[in-house]
Amino acid sequence: MATQTPVTAILDKTPASPPRRLLFQVLHDWLTTLDHKKIGLMYIVYALIFLVIGGLEAVLMRIQLAIPNNHFVSPETFNRLFTMHGTTMVFFVGMPILFGFGNYLIPLMIGARDMAFPRLNAFSFWISAFGGTLLYFSYVGGSGLYGAGSAPDVGWFAYAPLTAHVFSPGHSTDYWTLAVLLSGVGTVGTAVNIVATTLCMRCPGMKLSRMPLLVWLYLITSFMVFVTISPLTAAQIMLMLDRYVGSHFFDTQAGGSAVLWMHFFWIFGHPEVYILVLPAFAFANEIIPVFSRKAIFGYPAMAAASVCIGFISLSVWAHHMFTVGMGPGANTFFTLSTMIISVPTGIKIFNWLATLWGGKIQFTTAMLFAIGFLFQFLIAGLTGIMLSVSPFNWQLSASYFVIAHFHYVLVGAILFMIFSAFYYWYPKITGRMLNERLGKWHFWLFLIGFHLTFDFMHIPGLLGMPRRVYTYEADRGWMMWNMIVSSGAIVQTAGTLLFVFNMVRSYFKGAIAGADPWDAWTLEWSTTSPPPEYNFAVTPSVASRRPLWDLKHPEDPDGNYE
Amino acid sequence: MSTHRIGSCLAASIPFDSAHGSTSVFSPAATPAHAIYSLSMLVLSITAAIFLVVAGLLVYVLIRYRSRASDTEEPTQIYGSNQIELSWTVIPILIVVMLFLATARVIFATESAPKPVSAMDVTVIGHQFWWEYRYPGFGVVTANELHIPVSDPQHPTPTYLTMSSADTDHSFWIPRLAGKMDLIPNKINTMWIDPPATGLYLGQCAQYCGTQHAKMLLRVYADSPTDFAAWIKHQQQPAEENAAVAEGRTVFQHNACISCHSVAGTVATGRFGPDLTHVASRDTIASGAIVNTPANVRDFVSDPSHLKPGALMPPMHLNDHDLDAVTAYLMTLK
Amino acid sequence: MSETAVIPHSPTEVWKLPSRGIVAMACLILAESAIFIIFVVAYVFYIGKSVSGPTPREVLELPIFSSICLLSSSLTVHFAVSALHDSKRGMCSLWLGLTVLLGGIFLAATAREWYQLIYHDGLTIKTNLFGTTYYSLVGLHATHVVVGLFMLSLALLFSLRGGLTSNHTERLEVLSLYWHFVDAVWIVVFLVVYVLGR
Ligand code: HEA
Ligand code: HEA
Ligand code: HEC
Ligand code: CUA
Ligand SMILES: [Cu+2]
Repeated sequence: MATQTPVTAILDKTPASPPRRLLFQVLHDWLTTLDHKKIGLMYIVYALIFLVIGGLEAVLMRIQLAIPNNHFVSPETFNRLFTMHGTTMVFFVGMPILFGFGNYLIPLMIGARDMAFPRLNAFSFWISAFGGTLLYFSYVGGSGLYGAGSAPDVGWFAYAPLTAHVFSPGHSTDYWTLAVLLSGVGTVGTAVNIVATTLCMRCPGMKLSRMPLLVWLYLITSFMVFVTISPLTAAQIMLMLDRYVGSHFFDTQAGGSAVLWMHFFWIFGHPEVYILVLPAFAFANEIIPVFSRKAIFGYPAMAAASVCIGFISLSVWAHHMFTVGMGPGANTFFTLSTMIISVPTGIKIFNWLATLWGGKIQFTTAMLFAIGFLFQFLIAGLTGIMLSVSPFNWQLSASYFVIAHFHYVLVGAILFMIFSAFYYWYPKITGRMLNERLGKWHFWLFLIGFHLTFDFMHIPGLLGMPRRVYTYEADRGWMMWNMIVSSGAIVQTAGTLLFVFNMVRSYFKGAIAGADPWDAWTLEWSTTSPPPEYNFAVTPSVASRRPLWDLKHPEDPDGNYE
Repeated sequence: MSTHRIGSCLAASIPFDSAHGSTSVFSPAATPAHAIYSLSMLVLSITAAIFLVVAGLLVYVLIRYRSRASDTEEPTQIYGSNQIELSWTVIPILIVVMLFLATARVIFATESAPKPVSAMDVTVIGHQFWWEYRYPGFGVVTANELHIPVSDPQHPTPTYLTMSSADTDHSFWIPRLAGKMDLIPNKINTMWIDPPATGLYLGQCAQYCGTQHAKMLLRVYADSPTDFAAWIKHQQQPAEENAAVAEGRTVFQHNACISCHSVAGTVATGRFGPDLTHVASRDTIASGAIVNTPANVRDFVSDPSHLKPGALMPPMHLNDHDLDAVTAYLMTLK
Repeated sequence: MSETAVIPHSPTEVWKLPSRGIVAMACLILAESAIFIIFVVAYVFYIGKSVSGPTPREVLELPIFSSICLLSSSLTVHFAVSALHDSKRGMCSLWLGLTVLLGGIFLAATAREWYQLIYHDGLTIKTNLFGTTYYSLVGLHATHVVVGLFMLSLALLFSLRGGLTSNHTERLEVLSLYWHFVDAVWIVVFLVVYVLGR
């Protein structure tokens, strides 16, 4: 029933180029801003900086592992490298970049002027930023007063009792704990904000069933944050008590349990990976329809599948612990619960395929990355299924096969989708298009580098190479594979540098984008690029899931089909 | 089984060789590893089939529905279809059920296998960067190189490993014999292996345990029954007393060595480091990281971090003379 | 498309959305519950696993009186909100004051209990697993009580100075939600520590 009469476009009257200001003023502006767009951008830039740092660490590790018995870095350094790489990538790249986009996009997509709690938003960002800084400060302050600094070297899941004072003296582990704890506080803050924004700030007509899927997925992600980041926070508090006041939670000498930490960590750790991947799904839900020129297939099923994933993911954590000796009963249970996840995930894959089906697919750079995501996520999911078969897992666990599995998701799916999101929303954010030619180069280079690295990484795993080894024996036949893997990392670096170059160049020289360069359908494209501080001159109101489609096709509005 | 054929093709296309020194999960040499291998072939074929179907569809869609220059109109909008969506919910459920049942069978067959009376028990204790093996039935303690009897499928004599850790978590992983099992302080885990063929099976610690996790290598020697009996008999002897190396023995016993190492029949009863009663009978030292030659032992004792940085044995600061003496002594501990 | 398309549309139906404050507090409570669950799980997991004494049975006594105080403060804070809603500002101050008092009694009782445990029974967080889990779980709850009391005292202060009007009902309600949560957690802690764990 809800047809609507589009009214002639109202022009935004803000001056096109505000007068130039002093650098100091600009800086002050950014540091004290409460605007969700600026905070979102700070999140994104901050994450990009850490991506380069984490990537650099990965490259150093790959150089060390390229040949057996290499002496490029010492064992201690290597152990710090993978700890810092994993922690950085998960907590200071994955989380902030996703929340950055969420911060930027959610108010725009639901027709709001800002997040529900702008001050909390700024607080969350700065506390996360502080956490990241603290983590890297450990490189200089890690050993306290005793001498040179040292980063933590306990691995990103910091199994007990390696984190106990006896095995990790000095302060490096404390820096790790504190950094992760602080980033967790920031994350919960942002998640509260996202939930409050989506539930309480939607523009008129934007029922829950009309919210863009991206917003839906962020909502689910945020709920997952509450129930998963908090256990991590609790576990970190316990670890800190152990290390500072001498309690015995994870002190195996006093009867404490190492396995308890594993449970606590993975109760967080597994849902965490879905927290990381759901926003990537969210980008795909916006980008794939636009470049197929079709509405998303099965909107309710997509939202429901995400909710299912959220719930099921809370019951699968111990698939990271199949080799801990939980006994056949628990192993069987966690095998089943893990495998069940493939059903809602499959629904998503198939719905994306059905969205492409019958469309008119435009191979823009953003779409290329999204297709790469689809393909790679499929493979990653299938290797995940192999890992969930617990007997097979007894062989594969803690080997390079696992490393390959999760980089296929974290890089092949999430990073690809993040790149896609950059190509898609950069015009909205800056007002200028990213260069498509450079973009295509970036895509192909990164794709080749990715596959060189992570396809071949499965093989040493199957050949018995464990993870977290700073070097390996020459006679095991792992060298060739490691060589290929390492060379792929170099190609990825080249691709990434091209991307950074493209971002910088296009900021100054890119073609002017206009409000709606992709002929898209959600509300953020109805305002100028970049959007004014108040987002919308007039609060919009919507009558369907694709308000701009209704505007462009008044003869056949979406509302008829929902 | 056809899945086996697919498996062998896969195994042949990449050199998962079963030659000496292999640690490939695709060249099983004991019952648990075999069970996993067969299951993995099933899983690989199912996932390969899913991959082919879904990736095939993706490629088809991309080619068939790419936009063309002549396009001006938007394509027909389709919003969903309950029937189709139901079908791609139900089919994966069926696949999952099947995979799950196959998996559950292997889990119970491996973890709940009844222990035959003829089984031999070994206690494995993980230490930061080396392995301690105790044979409670024989009163033998040794380190780093595990000897077990081969197990004739007709009269199985599997080895049951009871595992724990003295410090941080470790994991025992010999890919050709069985999947890995973690060694966790305050927790007792068990696993079993039964290689039917003699030989040396390699592996290494698979749970990050600290600086030298990479050089915590595993060596399992499956001996013929007679060889094994001889080996056990030899290990049960106290350390050899050799007058020629009395000086080395004195150096050993007057240094901190004895607070960390045991040499059966002497004052050395430390348990922090590997048992040295028969150290010279081993092929390697430092948990498989170093070949056991006089020169290497001397080098190791003078400064372990030189060959194995991060090893928990401190440099002993012996002078050259004492070093030579101690090395000579250690080499007599056959 | 270089011009911005704005879609103004007069809403036909009344567009009502939930209150931000309450949604945010609900989220916070969800997150906090997860933290408490982990501490409770650790407590339950380690019941009877201490390698040395003292045991809970030897040293713990049922804190009946202080529990009654804390639980009844849930009622008083509720009355405070109702009073504010009805613009009875004096009553509101009174109820708030009572809430703070009851919370304070609870806190004092906890402090006394800890003093006893530390100086008479020799149980500290370092002593054994019971000490570790007991002090951390009860302490975590007590920290929440402290935070709640601080906020309630602020509210009381505003109320006494006449700054609290019925416009602030929603805010006070959000605060009372938090306080109810703290009380509910105490029921769980009580059951786990003093009933199940003994
Ligand atoms: C965002 C990240 C992400 C995602 C989405 C996933 C998704 C999955 N993961 Fe992964 N995983 C990680 C990140 C991720 N993982 C990380 C970081 C680790 C290691 C951490 C560490 O140790 O450091 C890990 C480790 C890990 C392990 C433990 C390995 C070990 O250490 O021993 C296991 C075991 O079960 C596993 C399984 C799965 C499964 C079953 C899925 C499923 O969700 C996949 C579901 C998808 C599909 C199956 C494909 C699409 C479905 C269809 C086409 C339908 C038809 C299919 C079937 C019926 C099978 N993962
Ligand atoms: C989002 C998560 C994420 C991402 C994106 C990556 C990206 C990469 N990772 Fe990472 N990785 C993890 C998460 C991630 N990883 C985690 C959680 C672990 C587990 C840690 C643990 O065990 O504790 C891990 C572990 C891990 C290991 C195993 C270490 C070990 O067990 O010993 C390896 C080894 O090859 C590796 C490699 C790589 C490579 C080559 C990339 C590449 O994709 C990176 C590509 C490079 C870039 C994207 C940046 C390139 C740019 C530059 C280098 C800039 C140069 C700068 C100037 C010239 C100014 N990773
Ligand atoms: C503080 C304890 C400590 C002291 C003192 C010590 N060691 Fe060790 N030793 C160890 C540890 C721990 C290892 C295992 C190192 C590894 O492989 O990571 C070891 C390993 C060895 C090995 C190799 C054993 C094998 O089978 O791998 C030899 C030989 C050895 N020590 C000899 C000596 C001698 C000789 C001395 C005295 C001069 C000595 N140790 C003093 C702790 C000690
Ligand atoms: Cu022992 Cu790794
Ligand atoms: Cu997982």
